[in-house]
Amino acid sequence: MLNEAAAGTVEEDGESASLEVRDRIELLNEAYARCLDDGQLERWPDFFTDPCVYRIYPRENMEEGLPGSVLFFDSQAMLKDRILCVREVNLYAPHSARHLMGRPAVRLLLQGGYRARTNFMVVHTDHEGHSELFAVGEYRDVVVETRGALKFRERTVLLDTFTVRSHLAEPL
Amino acid sequence: MVHRTLDRTASQTSHTGGPRHASWDGSPSDVPYGAYVDPAVFSQERERIFQGPVWHYVALECEIPSPGDYVSVYIGTTPVVANRAADRGIHAFVNRCAHRGATVVRGRRGHCEGTHTCIYHQWTYDLQGRLVGVPYRRGLSGTGGFPEDFDPGQHGLRTLRVAVLHGIVFATFDAGAPPLEIFLGRSAVERLQRLFSRPVKVIGYQRQQIRANWKLMIENVKDSYHGALLHAFNSKFGFFRSTQRGEVWVSDNGVHSMLTTYDTEGERVAALMGGVTSYKPQLTLADSTMLSAVREFRDPIVTSIVSLFPSFLLLHTLNFLGFRSVWPKSPGEFEMVWTYLGYADDTPQMIDRRLRQLNLFGAGGYVSMEDAHALELTQRAVSGEGGTGTGVAALGGRDTATQDHLVTEVAIRGFWRGWRTLMESRGDDGSAADGVPAGKLPPAASTPGDPARVPPC
Repeated sequence: MLNEAAAGTVEEDGESASLEVRDRIELLNEAYARCLDDGQLERWPDFFTDPCVYRIYPRENMEEGLPGSVLFFDSQAMLKDRILCVREVNLYAPHSARHLMGRPAVRLLLQGGYRARTNFMVVHTDHEGHSELFAVGEYRDVVVETRGALKFRERTVLLDTFTVRSHLAEPL
Repeated sequence: MVHRTLDRTASQTSHTGGPRHASWDGSPSDVPYGAYVDPAVFSQERERIFQGPVWHYVALECEIPSPGDYVSVYIGTTPVVANRAADRGIHAFVNRCAHRGATVVRGRRGHCEGTHTCIYHQWTYDLQGRLVGVPYRRGLSGTGGFPEDFDPGQHGLRTLRVAVLHGIVFATFDAGAPPLEIFLGRSAVERLQRLFSRPVKVIGYQRQQIRANWKLMIENVKDSYHGALLHAFNSKFGFFRSTQRGEVWVSDNGVHSMLTTYDTEGERVAALMGGVTSYKPQLTLADSTMLSAVREFRDPIVTSIVSLFPSFLLLHTLNFLGFRSVWPKSPGEFEMVWTYLGYADDTPQMIDRRLRQLNLFGAGGYVSMEDAHALELTQRAVSGEGGTGTGVAALGGRDTATQDHLVTEVAIRGFWRGWRTLMESRGDDGSAADGVPAGKLPPAASTPGDPARVPPC
């Protein structure tokens, strides 16, 4: 149920993860940002487990305990649908994106996997070369190891910039 | 006689101080671009529309259930607070301290204990906006203090009239505004009753900042022409297609509208949409849970898009229920707040369904994403041309009467007719071109019998 998701995954945090784990999650974040900034949107669902949770969540709603999201997907199929529609169906202002991220803070989850928190900024540049801060916020992730690779079981994009600049098409 | 004509080609300020804008001797299908860019028009809208004889959405009762609960909103550009007072009544006032003009209530939404205190000099107001505390009013140890004739009763916050309909709180600056239900008209009141007769609850908010004139947003919601042309997702999945059975209701005074689509049985989509390049009949979703809906009403309405003048935009389709408030910031920019709703007695499964359907609307919504882009494309071009020129909204004719199909821009024409009525300068004879006293809106419904537009089941 999404109601539970709104309150954050109910799992107890354990101790801080090792520096090695933190480095691996930072590499995961880097690859994620590279994928989006290079416009390789078709590869974006590969960063998630199936099922999964990806949502863009306004800070306003978090502060007021409300579950509504800008976007909420909880299956690989929904992630792929998003990219299909962004590519083939929806129309939006042409732009390029740069994701700038801080280092992740990582804790072990008692039930396995990791909870990571990473600050981010996304700058958009329009078709005439004007760059503008599009969003600032924090990734709140649950990362798990599947077949030797780290994937996002949950990625909540907590949007400090909860007044969206115009419209939002591609994933953050 | 001072009767300022409205010049559609240029932004000018007459020597009498009022702006000159679009000429209303033309048809309401003529949309002068200057109205989107002219700072004088924008300034006059604050006076004649947002502080004119018009009711504005400010809050839902369920957002402020207890005394001391408040919300901060805008009416036009004016910051307004609505709160519930100890008498359980809802009061609204301008959020500007009567002392030195500072913003008094600094929060977005919240609760206060009986009073609002301006942080600058600690002037304190009760929940009805009355001044109840002035530090050092009598001075300190015999020095200073306000003059003897200073009357706190004359220095309260500027208050608004408030009216509540089906849990929706409206406010107006104008003591002469008609009663709320007369302002809305019976058809609009009945549509609100259909959606709000059960208690609602907020399930989320979402905001967009759009660099376009606020009226472009209002027109967008009244525009049944673009619905399935701009939005390919719409045309494919049938929330709103011009080929559907539907109608565009326009209030007698033009300003309010409701776009309604009905059950699609027998709709000839493929035949009628054949030449539309944005139509994507081959589109399929791998996971269509967000399109799973249950029927909530025993009428054949599929989609209901209500526009209450000036800036309250209500949408119901599938199990999505929500509305937008439009807050102008400058001639070329507005903010829009979506309030997403469920019903207070929703099951967890129904809430889950509603939350999934939020993917369809808002800044990133599959259906609505293109709107902000389209509005900014318009603003960029019309402001680049200095507001010169005139658009044409003549689909379905040039008049403003309700039409029983969706192949029309009639609701846009109605908006401009009402907007013109309010914006016309008050001449010495007090009348505008259509015989209605300028600056006064005629009734939304000319007769009490204005029929409800929901067909029988």
